[in-house]
Amino acid sequence: MERILEVVIAKYNYWIYIVLMMIGLYGVIAKNNLVKKIVGMSIFQTAIILFFISMGMKKGATIPIIIHGQEASLRASDYINPLPHVLMLTAIVVAVSTLGVALALAVKIYKEFNTLEEDEILEKIRKS
Amino acid sequence: MTSQLPALVVTVPLLTAFAAFAAGWLKPKLCFPVGLTGLGITALSSIWLLEKVLGAGSVTYELGGWPAPWGIVYVVDRLSGVVLGAISLCAFIQWIASRASVKSQFSDRLGAFYGLQLLFVTGVMGITVTGDAFNLYVLLEIASITAYALIAMGGGRAPLSSLNYVFMGTIGACFYLLGVGYLYIMTGSLNMADLASILQGMRSSQAILVAFVIIIVGVWLKMGFFPLHGWLPNAYTHAPWPATTLIAPLMTKVMAYVMMRLVLFLFGPEYSFGFLGLKNVVVWWASLAVVAGCMIALSQKDLKRMITCIILIEIAYMVGGTFLGNRSGITGAIFHLVNDVFMTLCVFLAVASMAFRQRELEMVSMEGLFARMPFTMGALVTGALSIVGVPPTCGFFSKWLLLKGALEAGHYEFMAALILSSLVCLVLFFRVFEAAYYGHGERSHGHHRMREAPLGMVVPLLVVAIGIVALGLMSGEIISSIIEPALPRGVL
Amino acid sequence: MGTEVNSLLPLLAVIVSAAVVPILASSRSANVREAWTFVAAFGKLGIVLAMLPHVLRGNKLSFEIAPVFPGVSLAFRVDAMGELFALVSSFLWIVTSAYSIGYMRGLKEHSQTRYYCYFALAMSSTMGVAFSANLLTLYVFYELLSFATYPLVTHHQDEEARSAGRRYLTYIVGGSIGLVLPAMLVCYGSSQTLDFTPGGILVNSGFSRLELGLLLFMFVFGFAKAAIMPFHSWLPAAMVAPTPVSALLHAVAVVKVGVFSILRVLGWVFGVEFLSNAELTWLVGLVASGTIIGASLVALTQDGLKRMLAYSTVGQLSYIVLGGTLQSGLAWKGALLHIAMHALGKITLFFCAGAIYVATKKERISEMGGIGRRMPLTMSAFLVGALCVIGLPPTGGFTSKWFLCLGSLEVGQIWPLVVLLVSSILSAAYLIPVVYKGFFGSGPDIEAEGIREAPGWCLAPMVVSATGCILAFFFPEPFLELTKIIVRK
Repeated sequence: MERILEVVIAKYNYWIYIVLMMIGLYGVIAKNNLVKKIVGMSIFQTAIILFFISMGMKKGATIPIIIHGQEASLRASDYINPLPHVLMLTAIVVAVSTLGVALALAVKIYKEFNTLEEDEILEKIRKS
Repeated sequence: MTSQLPALVVTVPLLTAFAAFAAGWLKPKLCFPVGLTGLGITALSSIWLLEKVLGAGSVTYELGGWPAPWGIVYVVDRLSGVVLGAISLCAFIQWIASRASVKSQFSDRLGAFYGLQLLFVTGVMGITVTGDAFNLYVLLEIASITAYALIAMGGGRAPLSSLNYVFMGTIGACFYLLGVGYLYIMTGSLNMADLASILQGMRSSQAILVAFVIIIVGVWLKMGFFPLHGWLPNAYTHAPWPATTLIAPLMTKVMAYVMMRLVLFLFGPEYSFGFLGLKNVVVWWASLAVVAGCMIALSQKDLKRMITCIILIEIAYMVGGTFLGNRSGITGAIFHLVNDVFMTLCVFLAVASMAFRQRELEMVSMEGLFARMPFTMGALVTGALSIVGVPPTCGFFSKWLLLKGALEAGHYEFMAALILSSLVCLVLFFRVFEAAYYGHGERSHGHHRMREAPLGMVVPLLVVAIGIVALGLMSGEIISSIIEPALPRGVL
Repeated sequence: MGTEVNSLLPLLAVIVSAAVVPILASSRSANVREAWTFVAAFGKLGIVLAMLPHVLRGNKLSFEIAPVFPGVSLAFRVDAMGELFALVSSFLWIVTSAYSIGYMRGLKEHSQTRYYCYFALAMSSTMGVAFSANLLTLYVFYELLSFATYPLVTHHQDEEARSAGRRYLTYIVGGSIGLVLPAMLVCYGSSQTLDFTPGGILVNSGFSRLELGLLLFMFVFGFAKAAIMPFHSWLPAAMVAPTPVSALLHAVAVVKVGVFSILRVLGWVFGVEFLSNAELTWLVGLVASGTIIGASLVALTQDGLKRMLAYSTVGQLSYIVLGGTLQSGLAWKGALLHIAMHALGKITLFFCAGAIYVATKKERISEMGGIGRRMPLTMSAFLVGALCVIGLPPTGGFTSKWFLCLGSLEVGQIWPLVVLLVSSILSAAYLIPVVYKGFFGSGPDIEAEGIREAPGWCLAPMVVSATGCILAFFFPEPFLELTKIIVRK
C-alpha cells in the first residue's frame, strides 16, 4: 500500500495528465452535444501537451535562456530541456487548427440541422 | 539540384498550394494548370528519387543543414521511394481526372478546393519521406486537417461525418504523439534511425512496450483497421467525389506505410515480432477484420459505400501481412500497398465517372451501362479483377505473396480469410456488373447510345487500368529490385 | 529427349487473337468483322501447324514472358500434349466461326461484335493454357478464360442467362480461387517451383498420404471446368448460351482446358508413378468413374437436346481423367486421343442441335420426330457424331476408347473396362433414339411446317466435323505421333 502511495505521490503530474486524458476521452465518446465533444477532444490534446512539457523538467533547473557571454560555463543540467516546449508549440498550433476546423464544422451542422445534439441529428437524418 | 529532391517532393506541393489559393483569388482559371505543373514536378521528382535510390542506396537530406539526430532529416530508402512514386503518380492522375467534377461542384471555390487538395498531397508526401518521429505527427495532421475540410465540403451529411472523423482522427494522432513522447522520455531522441539504434538496447523496458502499443493503436485508428474504422464509411461516402477519389487511395495506405516503417525499422523485426504471441494475435485479429470487412461490404446497398468498405478489407490484408513477420508476408504487404493505391484509384475514378453521368448510383439506373460507358466499365472490370485477385492484374501477385507468407507462418486462418474475401469481392462486384449487364424481363439489347464521361476523366482512368495490368506483369522486377532489398535485416 | 528451343511462335499463337481490335473496329460491317475473325483463326492454325514439325521431332518451343516470382515465371513451353490440344482447338475455331455466321445471322442475334470479340479472347486464353510451361501460367490463362467466356455464356442477357452466369462463375471461379490457388501455393511452398516436370515436382516433398490426397482432390475439383461430379452442374446450366458457344467452348475449349489441366497436374506436377505408389490414383479413378456412370444416367432422363448433350459431355470428360489415372502408356494415349475425338464428335452433335434450332426453333427431343426426313444431312451428321461419342467404328471415338480399354487391361484393372463398356451402352441408349426418332418417328406438324435444311453456313461446318470424325478413324497418324511422344516421358 505504501509503495503505491509513494508512486502516486512521486509521479503526481503523470496521474493528473492521465485523469485529464480520461476526462477528454469521456467527453468525446460519451457526450451527446457536439460542442462538448469538441471540448473533450481539446482537453485530451491539452493533456498530452502538458505531458510533453513536464518531460523537460529537471530538478533545480531554470528556464533555458542563455545570457550572452556565458557560453563557456554552460551545464546542460542547469537548464530545463527546451525541446519538448518547442515541439509542443507546434502541437498547440495543430490543436488549435483542429479546434477551428471542428468548430467551423459544428457551425455548418447547426445551420443544416438546427441542433447540436447528436441523437437529434441522427433522428433527423433517419427521417429524411 | 538533385540533392534537393527529397525536400522538393514536399515543398513543391506546398508552394503550389499557396499558388493555387492565390490563383483562386485572382484568376480561378489558372488553378488547374498551376496544380498540374506542381504535381507533375512532384511526380517526376519522386520517380527520379526512386531511380537514384535504386542505383546508389538511400538518400538522406538534412533540413536546414542540421545534422541528425538534432535536425530533422528526410530519408528516402527503397520503401519510401516506391511509396513516394506511387502516391505522387496517383495524385497527378487524380488531379487530371477530377477536373470536370471539381468544375461542376466547386466552381465558386476553386482556389480553396484545389489549394486544400495540394496541401493534402504535401501532407502525405511528407509523411512518407520524413525520418523524424515528431515531424511525422505534424505532417500527419496537415494531411488529416485538410482531409477533414475536403470531406466537409460536400453538402448534407458531410460535415457531421467529417466531424466524427475529426474526433476519431485526432484521438488517433494524439495516441501516436503520446507514444512518441514515451519514446522521447526513454531515449532522448526523435530521429527514427537514432531511435532504432537506441531502442535495440532497451528491449525489456515496459515504457517501450507501452509506447509500441499506443503508437500502433493510434496508427490503426487512422488507418481504418477494424474495429477502429467507424469513421471511414461515412466520411468517404458523404465526401464530394473529387475529395473521395483523392483521399481514399492515399490516406489509409500512407498510414499503413507508417505502420510498416515503425514496426519494421523503428522498433525492428526482432522486437515487433519477437513478442511471443503478440504477432499471432494480430494476425488472427487481422483475419477477423478481413471477414468483418467482407460482411460490412456485403450489407451495403449504395455503390459508393460498398467500394469504401472494401478499403477495410485491403487495410486488414496489410496489417496481417506485416505482422506475419516473414519475408513473403511483409513483401506481400508492401507490394499490396503499392498495388492498392492504384486499384483503389481505378475503382473510385470509374465509379466517379459513372456518378458524373448518372447522378445517382441506384442499381436500376445502371442498366445498359456497359454499352453506354464501355471504357469506364472496362476500367471498373479491371480494377475489380485486381481487387479479387485475378492474374495478370497486380492484385493477384500481392495476394499470392500474402498467401505464401501465411502458409509459411502456419496461419491458415489468414489464408482462409484471404481466399474468402477474394470470393466475396467477386460477388460484390458482380452485383454491379449484373445490374449493368442484364435487362429487365424481356431482352433489352444494347441499343443504348454511348455517352461516356468527358475525355479528361476517361483517359486517366484507362491509364490507371492499363497500369494495373502492367504492374502485374512487372511484379517480378518490382519485387526483386525494389521491395525485397527494402526489407530490414532480421526478417526471416 | 529433344531440346528446348526459344521461339516467339507460342506467344504469337496466343496473341493472334488480338485481332479483337480490328473486329471491334469493324463492327459496322458484318462481313469485314467476320473476315477478321477468319484471318485470326487461320493465322492461329497456321502458327500452330508451324510448330508441329518441331514438336514431332521431340523438341519443345519455349518463351518466357516475365519472371514473376523466384523460381516461377510466366512462360510458354510447347510440348506434344499442348500441341495436340492447340491443333484441335484452333482447327475447330475455324469451323465454329463459319458455323457462327450461319447461326447468329440466321437467328438475327444481337451484340454479334461483342460475341466475336470475346470468342477470340477465349481462344487466346485456350492457347495460353495449352502452351503453359508451369502451373502459374496455366492458372493465369485458366482465369482469363473463365472471365472471357462469361459474356458468351450470358449472351442473351435475360433472367435465365443471369442465373446460368452466376452458377458458371460460382463453380468455376470459386473452384479456381478457393481450391486451386491454395493447392498451387502448397506445391510451390514445398518444391520452390511450379514448372511442369515429367515425374512431378512433389516427389521429395515429404507430404503424408493424406496431405497428398487432399492436395490432389483440391486440384481435381478446383479445376471445375472438367465438370467432375459433384461440381458439374454449371455445364448443363451453360446451355443457355448460343449453340456455337456450347459447341466450341463447352465441347472443346473450356471443358478440355479443365481436363487438360488435370492431366498436367496428374502427370507433371504429381507424376503418375508417384501417385500410384502412394495409392491415390484409384481414388481419382473412382470419382471419375462415378461421374461417367452418373452423367450418362442423367442424360437418359433429359428431354432438352442440348442439356442431354451437356450431361453426355460431363461423362465423356471423365473418360479422359480416368485414363490419366492409370499408370499405362496405352491409357494415356487413349485419354489424349479422346481429347481430339470427343471434340470432333461432340461439336458435330452440337452443330446439329443448333441447326435444328435455327430451322425449326425446336429444342426438345420429344418434338423432333420425323425431322430427319426434312433435314437428312443434319440427321446423318448427328448419326456420325453419335457413333463417335458412343465409340463405334468407323469413327475416331472408337480408336480412343480402344486404347483406353487396352490401357486398363495393361495394368490389370478390370473395373475401368467395365465402366467404359457400360457407359458406351448408356450413350447409345440416349443418342440412338434421337436418330431413330428423327428418321422414323412422326412428330406434330413436322410435315406441315415447311421445314428445310439448315442454312449453308451451318451445314458446311457440320459436314466438315462429321467427316473429321470418320477421317480420324482411318488416318489417326498425326494424333498418334503426338501421343507417342508424350507417352514416352
